Amino acid sequence: MALIRRRKPNEPSKTSVQREEEEEEEDDSKNKHPKKSYKKSKPKWSCLDNCCWFVGCICVTWWVLLFLYNVMPASFPQYVTEAITGPMPDPPGVKLRKEGLKAKHPVVFVPGIVTGGLELWEGHQCADGLFRKRLWGGAFGEVYRRPLCWVEHMSLDNETGLDPPGIRVRPVCGLVAADYFAPGYFVWAVLIANLARIGYEEKTMYMASYDWRLSFQNTEVRDQTLSRIKSNIELMVATNGGNKAVIIPHSMGALYFLHFMKWVEAPAPMGGGGGPDWCAKHIKAVMNIGGPFLGVPKAVSGLFSAEAKDIAVARAIAPGVLDKDLFGFQTMQHIMRMSRTWDSTMSMIPKGGATIWGDLDWSPEEGYVPSKRKQKNADTQKASQDGLESNISQIKRTNYGRIISFGKDVAEALSSDIERIDFRDAVKGQSVANTSCRDVWTEYHDMGFGGIKAVAEYKVYTAGSILDLLHFVAPKMMERGSAHFSYGIADDLDNPKYQHYKYWSNPLETKLPNAPEMEIFSLYGVGIPTERSYVYKLSPSAECAIPFQIDSSADEQYEDSCLKGGVYTVDGDETVPVLSSGFMCAKGWRGKTRFNPSGSQMFIREYDHSPPTNLLEGRGTQSGAHVDIMGNFALIEDIMRVAAGATGEELGGDQVYSDIFKWSEKIHLQL
Amino acid sequence: MASILRFRKLCYVEPVKFQFFQPQNFDKKEETVATGAKTSLENNEKRNKRQPKERSCVNSCCCVIGYMCTTWWLLLVLYHCLPAAFPGFQVPESPGTRLKREGLTALHPVVLVPGIVTGGLELWEGKPCAEGLFRKRLWGGSFTEVLKRPLCLLEHLALHNETGLDPPGIRLRAVSGLVAADYFAPGYFVWAVLIENLAKIGYEGKNMHMAAYDWRLSFQNTEIRDQTLSRLKSQIELMYVTNGYKKVVVVPHSMGVIYFLHFLKWVETPPPMGGGGGPGWCAKHIKSIMNIGPVFLGVPKAVSNLFSAEAKDMASIRAMDPGVLDSEILRLQALEHVMRVTRTWDSIASLLPKGGETVWGNLDWSPEEGYACDLSKKRYLQASAGDKDTNGSDVKMDFHVKESNKNFWDTRTNRNTNSSCGGEVWTEYDEMCRETIRKIAENKPYTARTALDLLRFVAPKMMQRVDSHLSYGIADNLDDPKYARYKHWSNPLETKLPDAPDIEIYCSYGVGIPTERSYVYKLSPNDRCRSIPFRIDSSVDGDEDSCLSGGVHLTDGDETVPVISAGFMCAKGWRGRTRFNPSGIATFIREYRHKPPASLLEGRGLESGAHVDIMGNFALIEDVLRVAAGATGAEIGGDRVHSDIFRMSDRINLRL
Repeated sequence: MALIRRRKPNEPSKTSVQREEEEEEEDDSKNKHPKKSYKKSKPKWSCLDNCCWFVGCICVTWWVLLFLYNVMPASFPQYVTEAITGPMPDPPGVKLRKEGLKAKHPVVFVPGIVTGGLELWEGHQCADGLFRKRLWGGAFGEVYRRPLCWVEHMSLDNETGLDPPGIRVRPVCGLVAADYFAPGYFVWAVLIANLARIGYEEKTMYMASYDWRLSFQNTEVRDQTLSRIKSNIELMVATNGGNKAVIIPHSMGALYFLHFMKWVEAPAPMGGGGGPDWCAKHIKAVMNIGGPFLGVPKAVSGLFSAEAKDIAVARAIAPGVLDKDLFGFQTMQHIMRMSRTWDSTMSMIPKGGATIWGDLDWSPEEGYVPSKRKQKNADTQKASQDGLESNISQIKRTNYGRIISFGKDVAEALSSDIERIDFRDAVKGQSVANTSCRDVWTEYHDMGFGGIKAVAEYKVYTAGSILDLLHFVAPKMMERGSAHFSYGIADDLDNPKYQHYKYWSNPLETKLPNAPEMEIFSLYGVGIPTERSYVYKLSPSAECAIPFQIDSSADEQYEDSCLKGGVYTVDGDETVPVLSSGFMCAKGWRGKTRFNPSGSQMFIREYDHSPPTNLLEGRGTQSGAHVDIMGNFALIEDIMRVAAGATGEELGGDQVYSDIFKWSEKIHLQL
Repeated sequence: MASILRFRKLCYVEPVKFQFFQPQNFDKKEETVATGAKTSLENNEKRNKRQPKERSCVNSCCCVIGYMCTTWWLLLVLYHCLPAAFPGFQVPESPGTRLKREGLTALHPVVLVPGIVTGGLELWEGKPCAEGLFRKRLWGGSFTEVLKRPLCLLEHLALHNETGLDPPGIRLRAVSGLVAADYFAPGYFVWAVLIENLAKIGYEGKNMHMAAYDWRLSFQNTEIRDQTLSRLKSQIELMYVTNGYKKVVVVPHSMGVIYFLHFLKWVETPPPMGGGGGPGWCAKHIKSIMNIGPVFLGVPKAVSNLFSAEAKDMASIRAMDPGVLDSEILRLQALEHVMRVTRTWDSIASLLPKGGETVWGNLDWSPEEGYACDLSKKRYLQASAGDKDTNGSDVKMDFHVKESNKNFWDTRTNRNTNSSCGGEVWTEYDEMCRETIRKIAENKPYTARTALDLLRFVAPKMMQRVDSHLSYGIADNLDDPKYARYKHWSNPLETKLPDAPDIEIYCSYGVGIPTERSYVYKLSPNDRCRSIPFRIDSSVDGDEDSCLSGGVHLTDGDETVPVISAGFMCAKGWRGRTRFNPSGIATFIREYRHKPPASLLEGRGLESGAHVDIMGNFALIEDVLRVAAGATGAEIGGDRVHSDIFRMSDRINLRL
């Protein structure tokens, strides 16, 4: 109403008395500031009052919205989504139930690294009141409240790789261990919900949660986790009328279960004493989801400099933030110190050395063009496409084999042009800046400048020399790790030394169990650029900080290049390259090979990534990303069919989008 | 000054002018409306005067809410800043910390067996009304769903009336793991305190197992539907092996006690019916069984619960406010619904008093007679059995209609009288006509034996189901092959303990709280259909010293279980080498005198003896910890008795 009055002065009645107008306008301004006018009248509106008024308004609106949200029928978001995108497909559970599928084989989930929850059983003073609360997974509230205390409790002992004295952090057990990683961020929940639709429940589903920080054999030594899994599988098979179990490992769980299969048949002191046909008797199929059988390059950069693509990008955007000593946080160093005490990260260092991952001049994926696969779909252009492809590969060859190279020029140069100075004999000088950095202890401080320089001067590291590099920069960690893991390729699998447990999680150094009827599936997403090798540089600030970091300025000028922000990418599921998840099933184990003497059947099921079409879809029902694939309807359907009794042949055998077979051919591995 | 004013004027007016540029033009064109505009202007002025008042109302509301919120937050912040140990209130050191200092460490793996009601249940498959509750707790937790959709929840909690298993389309399963029964509702601990103390001396997930089961089912059905007993067996075997071949200590609570008794028999029975563990299984795997608040011989509460869905607390609510529970306001019929649901649960029937008149007394006699209530600390010198007190605590049910006894179970139920009442709330009472109900009432008192007949009469379907799973008698000859059937396994008076002389059995329970023992009933006044025709006569009160208050006769116990039920087997039935305990398993009685919490800050008390609160009793926890760390019964002090349990037991003439 004020606006109508305001019109008046603009109307031709300018002739009216000035005073009158003045009065009116004063009135006007009064109306515009009701609060001001209040100040003059009875109640005093102080600053406090205004604040409270404001708070009150916000609260009321909040409550009204909350009320509306609660009143809203549960199907409303779905209704909106359907209105926008058209009817949603039935979730696989509903669809397959209509088809008449029923729960048949008991199902075992083996979660991967990081996704399983950990809870506190005994802690130091600073973690008072957190007994049996989740330190890892859940809301992560404690990370913000007492970050240093949290880091202290999450770390393991640097020498033994087990609990530090006075601290016991244990895996959560039951399905809750990994159904949701954080509130709203599902991992296994969608799969569980769909399995429940066809009749699965707690007695036929088992989450084999384990402490993912420990090395695999240590989970048995400390928690007897492997014995537990064995006993539970036996129980489920017995109580379900002898139907064998379907195992579904995800990510690192695939390696863990590989270890388990060897462990369970090994004789008692070191193994589970299940006898040579335990797997044949109890396991129907192993459906590895995104299994990093041959390791992931990401693990190298994680151990080397506690960073990965995402962190390098963050550093490129806001250079000072992560490195700042602001607030005395030294985030990266703390993370590095913590994650270097976790043996499990070492299980994912690339295995098979140069034979698998390529050397200075050669790599199985060479010639891969990121956008190629998409174009290939248009079949009509295929011929010209092929020509173009060969052109590109001639112009620029990406040397994926050089997992770490110092400087972009080195990454691209011909191998003969690179001058390398061996670092292995370099003397580790006593660091100058050592004393000031005591609280955040990383092994880099022991290296001194000489050592750091030597590392940088070696220039290029392949999968083979990566191990030497890590041994050099983190000797304690690798010493611990090499007692539990091995990264080579076995020449003679019957050599008695391969009975040691450190070889059990390396598919290139173990035989599969003697179980010809067992089926092994490799299910993984493709179509997302995945880290494969890195361009490093020396960190500018040498003091206290981690001396190496990914050179995020290294970019390629081509549109469809694989180099972005210092990282060469290749096809994969954003974390695991296709080569690692697919090679064993495509070639290493296919048919009767020396790694698979009983000829268990192998199937590759790839799922092409297509991002969610809109925000309402959440993380997508056709995603191929490493964790989001657990919500991929096609994958869930495959799993449910197998759990309900189908074989790999009935699913449709292999389903391949990537070049995995071509690349596997290029790898010369004695089979 | 003026310039400032003008500037401000400009600031406020200018943007608005711009915003409403077009209407302005419009006005200019139609000058004829100017006069009309003026009148409207005056109106506006009036409204403007009213406006401040309106705004003030909204404003002050907002303001008040703002104040409240801010104070709330401030308090919250203060609360969080509060040091954990409140100054002036010294929390006594927990037994775990103390025993750890003494050097105790985890030795024997521990199995916890929760009782009825305390275990959580979650939904795995439901009707459309329960959408979005998949794997959410329907029972236990915060119970928000009870308030949101009560009928839906009751529908899901009920079992099938004929089979005692899942109704079609509904799968409600027990939560597994330690979370199943650590807290019943947020802040209301059950096992949490014990778990925390065990953890202090080194226990963790690998040597502590919560044997959660669906407490609604009859015991054998938990195996048939969920294979719970098999799971428990496999878990115990696993823990035995992985903990260096140390036998397990089992800690059952409440109904878990008879569940585990059932397990002991089941596990040694050959496969089709049992677990096939062989005759030495218990001796090999179990070190001791520390029963907490055991209900070996049942509880009288179960009778009143099944008979009229009420108990002492319910009756006293009714006495205070007669109309509330019975009124059909909102058509809630809460009690009838509750009754219908609880009658589908076989497990409640497992709590019915066992042993009949021999144990619980007949019309003229009861083992507890001579017990004085409010002076429970003072012992009466018992004169003689004939010198009976007027309380009549021997009588199970006592109707105040004084007539001659009639045998009511000759009268057949008449189905046509109340046929109009077969509405949505179906209780078996609807099938009985008023005539029969009156006849039930005429047959004045019911003892432990006849109470069973009474229940068979008023709830034939339920008892028919139950009779195939449970039994309440006393065995004459335990070697009779009929006792090999599983229905007898959970009745300590009809089974032998396993052949395992090294096991120790503890009966740990609270004493010193008046506990329901028998009831005075009356006919429900309103003849309305679909209501429960009987109710506890809460107007009946004894004199000052008497045990009768609010229609309930009380005796010593832990508020739920009378001493006689909790202690008799350990005090007499199994003591030494008896026919129920052929291998001579050692038994120990550990009683804990109830002491109410001294102050509010203590919560539910560190020395409580109440049925559930005893799980936070420090003395009890210490005993459990010591046994788990390897002590024997003699080492923790043998028997520890406050009540008259031995004298009461002596009075029970049971052939041993």
